[in-house]
Amino acid sequence: MVNGLNLAFQYLQGFSVLVLAAVGLAIIFGIMGVINLAHGEFIMVGAYATVFGYHDLGLPLVASMALAVGVTAAFGMVVERLLIKRTYGRLFDSMVVTLGLSLVLSQGMLVLRGTSEPSVPTPFGTISYGAFSQSVYRVALALAAVAVLVGVYWLFTRTEYGIRARATIQDEGTARALGVRTERVYSTTFAIGSALAGLAGALLAPIVSVTPTMGGTYLVKSFVVVVVGGPSVVLGTGLSGGLLGAVDAVVTNVYGQTAGSIVLLVVTVVVIRFFQDGVTGFTDRVRDRLAREGT
Amino acid sequence: MNDRISRRRFVTAGGAAMVAGLAGCSSDGEASGGTSTDSASSGGTVKIGVLEDRSGTFSLVGTPKWKASKLAIEEINADGGIMGNQIELFDPDPQSDNSRYKQLTRKMIQQRDVDVLWAGYASSTREAIRPIIDRQDQLYFYTTQYEGGVCDKNVFAVGPTARQQLGSVLPYLREEYGPKIYTIAADYNFGQLSADWVKVLADENDAEVVGEEFISLDTSQFSSTINNIQEADPDFVMSMLVGKNHTAFYKQKASAGLEVPIGTSTAMAQGYEHRRLDPPAMENIYAGVNYMEEIPSTANTKDGGFVDRYYDMYPDAPYLNEEAETNYFSTYMYKKAVEQAGTFEQPEVREALESGISLGPERAPEAPEGETIELDGATHHVDHHMWVMKADAEHNVTSVADRKIPEQFLSETVGCDLTSEDEETQYTPRDYFEEAK
Repeated sequence: MVNGLNLAFQYLQGFSVLVLAAVGLAIIFGIMGVINLAHGEFIMVGAYATVFGYHDLGLPLVASMALAVGVTAAFGMVVERLLIKRTYGRLFDSMVVTLGLSLVLSQGMLVLRGTSEPSVPTPFGTISYGAFSQSVYRVALALAAVAVLVGVYWLFTRTEYGIRARATIQDEGTARALGVRTERVYSTTFAIGSALAGLAGALLAPIVSVTPTMGGTYLVKSFVVVVVGGPSVVLGTGLSGGLLGAVDAVVTNVYGQTAGSIVLLVVTVVVIRFFQDGVTGFTDRVRDRLAREGT
Repeated sequence: MNDRISRRRFVTAGGAAMVAGLAGCSSDGEASGGTSTDSASSGGTVKIGVLEDRSGTFSLVGTPKWKASKLAIEEINADGGIMGNQIELFDPDPQSDNSRYKQLTRKMIQQRDVDVLWAGYASSTREAIRPIIDRQDQLYFYTTQYEGGVCDKNVFAVGPTARQQLGSVLPYLREEYGPKIYTIAADYNFGQLSADWVKVLADENDAEVVGEEFISLDTSQFSSTINNIQEADPDFVMSMLVGKNHTAFYKQKASAGLEVPIGTSTAMAQGYEHRRLDPPAMENIYAGVNYMEEIPSTANTKDGGFVDRYYDMYPDAPYLNEEAETNYFSTYMYKKAVEQAGTFEQPEVREALESGISLGPERAPEAPEGETIELDGATHHVDHHMWVMKADAEHNVTSVADRKIPEQFLSETVGCDLTSEDEETQYTPRDYFEEAK
């Protein structure tokens, strides 16, 4: 029997993990056209920075998480200057470079910190309903995911940086001719994407095992979300996180975890087969067609 | 042109390799002539290979095994070696990689010509190198707790089997809490076979498995599993979760407020989760083990006992785990067998091991005062002293029950007798028990 509340919690969990993991990748890919295969390792760096702040520096959890966001943003900026900058416009080169970076990061962290980190406690308490109980933190995680989407939407539509960034995506040459320093836009964008990966790692640190190889799991999830989401960063990530989270929750609840993971990938294959440019690509086309018919 | 050069270079290289190979053979042959073959003389060396993971997936649990082997070897060497021969240790790091394991196992046997080999953490590793071991008839100790059932003339699987581990903790929890069991297990051969053993033991102890869930090794989100357990409302859970991702289960069940008692063969004793996770993640968890650092046997806890000796040698070591003790006592088991055989020749040593070696608490700290553990010659397995260890809300671990549990599956159910018939088989409970199907 499927319990409605269990299903709802399962959905919140799936949605929040998918959105948090993917949003940084979506920004970097959507705006810069760089496929960052080290995205999972940026999440890992965020999780490690949280553990480091909490245990080694003795900071409160929230401050440790803020530290993690700062550390990954700075780290992302350095990586952009040293590596990514040299591969703009060369998709495959950027993939190889970031793949190499991901290996260096996970193995480097293994050398630096060993295989196991002390755990970070899960904040908030539990809520009980009937025979069941859930951690409140899971609800907080979903709220954080929504807040991140709102924040990114605001950033790209209401700030000057956002306007420059969108101008740069639309037509880099014209943007530059109009005085937008596209290099700085790229560098800022990469730092923001990295900071969001760091935030994902920080928020996930209290509920998962923090290990040097944890990035791999999230890389696959993020890619699935970005590919299904299509070109629009905020709407695409939100919709595809919502869709895939729902599929995952229902199937996992009824048929178990393994089936959930399989169906998630099957749905992705189906979406890509029929909507090559993802969910938002499809909605854009529909909107265009409606607009044409209207005129 | 290119073609000719490369062909010529190939032939040259091949020739060089052949010469090197021959030279390697003869020099290794001489080396073994001076040591292992000439067993009567003392003052030589005995070559021991120890392949334990110090990096990669299993480094957390493999490193203590390697350290405990080195502790035993250092003690033996300081005490005059084995029959006057110092132990020479070969211990490259296999890095938790099965293809590297295969390569290093061949190297240990063919180039290093080791007299005895310890190797491997995971069952998958053991199965990857077992064909090489059997082809070369290499004397081999496998020291991890495992699913059980390996009846192999060259393999001494001296860690406790699933039937021994689960057989210590499951009956205890059945008595304490009731008959309804929910099983969660890692989704690969160890977890599947362990879950089968839970069914067999449930049947033997008048209990019932009300739910069963297999979880892939890359899963780290457990809220649906926790819901499923709450829905099934068992008297206790049997957990055979494995690896770093699965560690998150214990955190998540605590933060979700799941309070059911959990019996386990994998948590705490191997990867010391009670030290690594914040309390109360491991509260009310019961581990069925032959050894963990906290077992209260005199030989383990006294001044100068096993724990003291280990931390004297490794002051910074994080934990002394279950398999470390197995590496330790099996090194002494080998020493005792060699001394009984009067030679390092492997067939004779194997025969001595098969005559049934027993060790007291001094060399096998899992045994309480006045008791011993025995190597069963027929099955190459050990009758262990098993402890049920409970973690409280502050993660203090105490013993709640202990008794000696013999290996039963191969000796009683299968009828494996390696003293009379050479075999290289792994038997599974499904072949013998209706409940396991």
